[in-house]
Amino acid sequence: MTGIGNGVPRVEGRAKVTGAALYTFDLQPSEIGATQPILHGAAVLSTIACGRILALDTAAAEHSTGVRLVLTHRNMPPQAEWGPLNANVRFARAQPVFGDEQVRYFGEPVAFVVAESFECARAAAASIQVQYEADQAHTVLDSEHGIDPAPLHGGQSSDSSVGDFHGTFATARHRIDVQYETPYQNHAAIELQASIAAWDGDHLTVHTPAQITSAARTGLARTLNLPEDRVRVVARLIGGGFGGKLPYFADAVLCAVAARQLRQPVKFSFTRQQMFTATTHRSAVSHRVRIGVTTEGRITAISHDAVSQTASFDNYVDGSTAGAKGLYGAKAIRTTQRIARLDLPRSDSMRSPGDANGSMALECAIDEAAHACGQDPVAFRILNDTRVNPTTGRPYSSRHLVACLQEGARRFGWEERRSGRKGEWLIGQGVASAMRDNLVRPSAAQVTLTPAGQLVVRLDMTDPGTGTITILTQIAAETLGLPMEKVTVMLGDTDFPKTSGSGGSFGAESSGSAVYEACLALRRRLDDMTKGRDASPETVLRLVGEAGGVTAEGKIAPGDETKRYSEASFGAQFAEVAVNVHTGETRVPRMLGVFACGRIINERTARSQALGGMIWGLSSALIEANNVDHRGQMAMRDLANYHVPVLADIQNIDAVLLPETEPVANPLGMKGIGEVGINGAAAAIANAVFDATGIRIRRFPITLDRLLPGLPPLA
Amino acid sequence: MKDFAFSTAHSVDDAAHAAASGARPIAGGTNLLDLMKLQIETPNRLVSVRRLPRLDRVTVTDEGGVRIGAEVTNAALAAHPLIRQRYPLLSRAILAGASAQIRNMATTGGNLLQRTRCVQFYDMTDACNKRQPGSGCGARMGGNRMNAIIGGSEACIAVNPSDMSVALRVLDATVHVQDATGRVRAIPVASFHLLPGETPERETALQPGEIITEISLPPPPMGVHHYRKVRDRTSYAFALISVGAVADIREGRIVSARFAFGGIAPRPWRVEAAEAAMANRPAEVATIEHACDIALEGAKGYGDNDFKILLARRTLVATLLT
Ligand SMILES: Cc1cc2nc3c(=O)[nH]c(=O)nc-3n(C[C@H](O)[C@H](O)[C@H](O)COP(=O)(O)OP(=O)(O)OC[C@H]3O[C@@H](n4cnc5c(N)ncnc54)[C@H](O)[C@@H]3O)c2cc1C
Repeated sequence: MTGIGNGVPRVEGRAKVTGAALYTFDLQPSEIGATQPILHGAAVLSTIACGRILALDTAAAEHSTGVRLVLTHRNMPPQAEWGPLNANVRFARAQPVFGDEQVRYFGEPVAFVVAESFECARAAAASIQVQYEADQAHTVLDSEHGIDPAPLHGGQSSDSSVGDFHGTFATARHRIDVQYETPYQNHAAIELQASIAAWDGDHLTVHTPAQITSAARTGLARTLNLPEDRVRVVARLIGGGFGGKLPYFADAVLCAVAARQLRQPVKFSFTRQQMFTATTHRSAVSHRVRIGVTTEGRITAISHDAVSQTASFDNYVDGSTAGAKGLYGAKAIRTTQRIARLDLPRSDSMRSPGDANGSMALECAIDEAAHACGQDPVAFRILNDTRVNPTTGRPYSSRHLVACLQEGARRFGWEERRSGRKGEWLIGQGVASAMRDNLVRPSAAQVTLTPAGQLVVRLDMTDPGTGTITILTQIAAETLGLPMEKVTVMLGDTDFPKTSGSGGSFGAESSGSAVYEACLALRRRLDDMTKGRDASPETVLRLVGEAGGVTAEGKIAPGDETKRYSEASFGAQFAEVAVNVHTGETRVPRMLGVFACGRIINERTARSQALGGMIWGLSSALIEANNVDHRGQMAMRDLANYHVPVLADIQNIDAVLLPETEPVANPLGMKGIGEVGINGAAAAIANAVFDATGIRIRRFPITLDRLLPGLPPLA
Repeated sequence: MKDFAFSTAHSVDDAAHAAASGARPIAGGTNLLDLMKLQIETPNRLVSVRRLPRLDRVTVTDEGGVRIGAEVTNAALAAHPLIRQRYPLLSRAILAGASAQIRNMATTGGNLLQRTRCVQFYDMTDACNKRQPGSGCGARMGGNRMNAIIGGSEACIAVNPSDMSVALRVLDATVHVQDATGRVRAIPVASFHLLPGETPERETALQPGEIITEISLPPPPMGVHHYRKVRDRTSYAFALISVGAVADIREGRIVSARFAFGGIAPRPWRVEAAEAAMANRPAEVATIEHACDIALEGAKGYGDNDFKILLARRTLVATLLT
């Protein structure tokens, strides 16, 4: 049994837990087909937030032991200009490195050393002296000064408006008008951002953990003014993506340039400390949420105004308003998205970008609204459910939010819940809804049945640790009636058919559908070959052998259905917290998430996605944040200071996946599952903290210093 | 990281000689190596003291106390039956720190000498009088959530982050050291960690070339041992506040109590006058708040760490009265 729906363990699981799995930085010359040793790079980062490089003293580094090359803005070969800002695929833009003497943020790469060993490279990098002329830097996100990003994107606005919000809100019986602040967060995946570049004549191969290899290829080709067909990007395994590896970074460009000049492969990884500025982060967002409710508890008006940070030269919008647009059936809804272009590193995608923080603001405000009208927060959400996306007017193709809330309430024991004091702990419970828009992106796959009877599946999809290799193996095995051992899935290579890549929860269904279609195409070809003969497996194999193997391709693209339906995954998050009455420390004894995400291909990997999202939600609610210091530097730059949850923070946690089949989005009946798990999880915890303490903290994370002033006096 | 030479000492003499000629002792390396990777510390030579003979044990003294070898690991010390039974405060304090893996490597001597976790101290691009005397104090400009509210100076508001040292301070430990001439000194832990004053780069009473050999504890004081650590996540985080205490409370009266705070000062913060003010007083909030008033006299926040003043009071009350 191939077991779609079952908890099949990861195909590459054993290799990963035994350390046999090779990630980009692990690769040795033989593994990248090189005959020469690989050189090592090290980077120097800027120490001002805005200004110019006046002088760069690289003499000591150039004469340092083992050093082969020092790259700075003075000797970089010509590169394309940054952008364009309105590119179709943001991750395929040109990203020149050391383009000029400008410094655009604190911790921007300004010099790169290549040496025979890692130690030599690092020592030499440390000897480089840089002098700057600093300009006044703007690094504080304030909600007043956001600009409309539409012109930067080429016109299309991310704002929305249906009905008369102002009029409806003004006359509502209960009005909630609140400001929530969500903080900067940094990527903390185990695998650092790293590349290895090698040239074969005019052909460049870059090994880099890019979630979308095709975008990295286009971007690198543009940056380096190369034809795309001379660039290959390979990402066989990715040690955690979370959106932080959707872009490609300076490591890839620098390795490519250095390897070309030195005619030898070059590898480089940012250090953990450098990751905090030289890659992308989740923007801090300032949210104003307004909700108008009738006496009976019907939501009539919702508005969500969000202001997020973007780099001074970028236009990324952390779109936080999808929940306001689609979760509840209000007749008047308006949303705005503004960005503040600051002298800070680039913000970009981080798991459930926009919705992760948007749901923190919206779902806490919904809790406030439920309290204002005296409704139970579960009942209030059920009462305000909608079948139709109120902003687009399109019906949801499948939506089981109410079922998630009801099943969650039943399993959690919502009706029997007890808040109040237990010893030195204040106990409370909270709930929140979760939603993440569903997307299918154009994807193709190729399958080959070899004469030996092995099915080889090729596509440029990547597996950032989520289980993609495994579910694609299952889909191919099931579609062709093969045992899983007979299927080999090869991913992460721009030599293979182009897919969506992984990200935005679209990866599994897009690439899964492409594999499914390719398998169907292969079956048709085999049927044609066996037409009129007996079709026993032996005959098929003999014919395949005679043909030297049979190959077929399949693809999927979003069709008309997206114009007729709204598509999203839904869920309900429940949490119980215990707040220490003396110190304000918050623990989370119980978390439960119930999700409806279409057909589940692999219960085990899907559940891991949901749990991982919920744990990140806990982190966002209580623990995780970075802040910008007075110089524009990200204050926390290692994992001792930048806190994410440890095992001891997680107690009783469970995720339940309701049976559901998505009828229109794709032939497999799947929906996205990688992101919905984080949405609402933080809000459920924040709402539970309110239930426990009566304190509403509107600035995340809810650290104990924020609760302390409101706790009861010492007895 | 800068190149360095490495040798292993096989006797305290060896180690002290190496240290006298400029080598830096390294034990578990869990603090020193991190600092070297960031080039906050740049020793030319390291001498490993990890394998010094007979310094890896815990023994009973004639007076009924214990002597702890400087190379006993944090894990071994916390698990030692003598410590668990007679000095549970020490055991708990150690177990509240770092992670199991780090405690397996970390040593008693190294823990006592671990350096501050002040964010600006760690940021080579920022001002720090401790790292680079005269450069200023970046922590005063903000980002000082983890910094000191008492005992700091104009020049420095860094915190001593050790949990173990808080327990040692409450237990009246003595630090034993030896130099290259064979001279030994016994330094009460109370005067081992220095306040920063104008010279925050000077952190301890240890003289260049001195090796820590042992730490001794007098017989345990009477009372119940407590170590309570308040932090930003459940485990594996430095203290925002910690309280080490031994309290003898009977029938609603405090017969005697000692306590020290961690996480708020450049050294474990113990004020004996505050303890005296609690003796023979009712075990109630007012008594403890009064003791806190004495212990925290002059405490002051720098913005992000203002909350520690209130948190210290509430944590002490919670520790002694619940
Ligand atoms: C991620 C992380 C989290 C941590 N969390 C905590 C925590 O929550 N609480 C806590 O208390 N600690 C914590 N620690 C710190 C840890 O306790 C110290 O790193 C450890 O105790 C240092 O011991 P070591 O033997 O490794 O010292 P080393 O790093 O080897 O040395 C530290 C210093 O001591 C000197 N030295 C060592 N031995 C001697 C000797 N015998 N004589 C003279 N000088 C000597 C060295 O020269 C060096 O200056 C954490 C550390 C890390 C890395």
